[in-house]
Amino acid sequence: MEIAFYITAAITIISTLLVITRYNPVHALLYLVVSLLSLGMIFYLLGAAFAALLEVIIYAGAIMVLFIFVIMLLNLGKETAEQEKKWLKPKVWAGPAILALVLFIELCILLNTNDQAQYISELHVDPKVVALSLFRPYLIGVELAAMLLMAGVVGAAHIGQHKKTVLHRFLQEKEGT
Amino acid sequence: MSTTIYYILMIAILLFVLTTIAAWLIWLERRVLALWQDRYGPNRAGPFGLFIVVADTIKLFFKEDWIPPFADKFIFVIAPAIVAAAVLMSFVVVPFAPGIVVADLNIGLLFFLAMSSLGVYSIVLGGWASNNKYSLLGALRGASQMISYEVFMGLSLMGVVMLSGSFRLTDIVLAQQDYWFIVTQPVGFVIFLIAGVAETHRLPFDIPEAESELVAGFHSEYSGMKFGMFFIGEYLGVILISSMVVTLFFGGWLGPSFLPGVVWFFLKTFVFILFFILLRASLPRPRYDQLMEYGWKVLLPLALLNLLITGAVVLVMKE
Repeated sequence: MEIAFYITAAITIISTLLVITRYNPVHALLYLVVSLLSLGMIFYLLGAAFAALLEVIIYAGAIMVLFIFVIMLLNLGKETAEQEKKWLKPKVWAGPAILALVLFIELCILLNTNDQAQYISELHVDPKVVALSLFRPYLIGVELAAMLLMAGVVGAAHIGQHKKTVLHRFLQEKEGT
Repeated sequence: MSTTIYYILMIAILLFVLTTIAAWLIWLERRVLALWQDRYGPNRAGPFGLFIVVADTIKLFFKEDWIPPFADKFIFVIAPAIVAAAVLMSFVVVPFAPGIVVADLNIGLLFFLAMSSLGVYSIVLGGWASNNKYSLLGALRGASQMISYEVFMGLSLMGVVMLSGSFRLTDIVLAQQDYWFIVTQPVGFVIFLIAGVAETHRLPFDIPEAESELVAGFHSEYSGMKFGMFFIGEYLGVILISSMVVTLFFGGWLGPSFLPGVVWFFLKTFVFILFFILLRASLPRPRYDQLMEYGWKVLLPLALLNLLITGAVVLVMKE
């Protein structure tokens, strides 16, 4: 089981790095899908099968499709790749990379000193357990998230609203005469 | 060790049986369609024209495998593989009979939904990588259709989950020993069937390929066996949705004991496959905006209402 974990973890890290370095936006998004799928796999290996499948259904299956949908509509060609190349200069990524490196070193040290390490266990989290914890101790969180989403839906409906226009040429002619 | 060999054997047999059935469905569909339209259909090669499948396969393999120079080569090649792989993965959790299931996951139903949601990628990527206007339009339609119908597909199944109290498909089948869930979940069944037709983008919901307006939609640029993969993937999808309908609403392998469970399962599935073909023979294709409107304004509220009422009834019955 531990070998499976290390392989999946390696795939996650490599694909996430490739997301950042690809110039073609669709290729980058595909690597992001792979990264999310392998994240789901890690959840599964840690015993959280329900969370793993939600990761696949919601992130890999729905949200990423919408991302690719939008990028497809934009029809980004070679010029975007060129632009990306220009943007991805050391001057731009050096600062964040150094900060992230500091965090990474910190994490490594913390992981080394903390001896309460948890190993991959035989623990299996049922959907029922997830539901019980969501609707008992974390009920307020669920309700707040629901309200936020509702606000999002109302906002989207408001922005998307527009007056119905007749686009058919015959009907337009009739109006003119 | 013997269990490992058992599982490997089962996977091999399952793959063989499923792809074979999917291939022969080409013949079945053309013959049955012809019957309903008062024609003969393919009847030359072999008995009842059965060898048309062999001829078709040979033709697909020997056609020029053309990748357009303007296409995104890598994505163009992997796109057809995704649909077949995603559908075949879903069969992992389908219980054909007691004991005949590759992996009886305790989240089997969710696994099925996850795999069917990954199937969208083959359409989207195939259409995008072709770098062709018609393909792109087909891909756009396919993506929006499949994402919207996935929502009701999941919601319509939650009634079944509430009644059986489990996501495990074996438990769902065993919970139907007194009565099939079609009795208590007719609305869920209808919504699931409609969403299933939309997910496999079969007629009447084949607007991603709509040959009368979009050439061949997302697979306009595909030829040879790459096109064959889309083709087989569609038939595999039909088998998958039919077997899921049987498992969830029609008691799976349960039936009078004069026939073994597997036979019952395949008989019931066959009825639904025929129903899919009948749909193709009888219904016209809706317009794209009609399809989306129908989904979001009719099916979604119905699915939610079904969920609410089922939940209330289950609560009352428990007390």
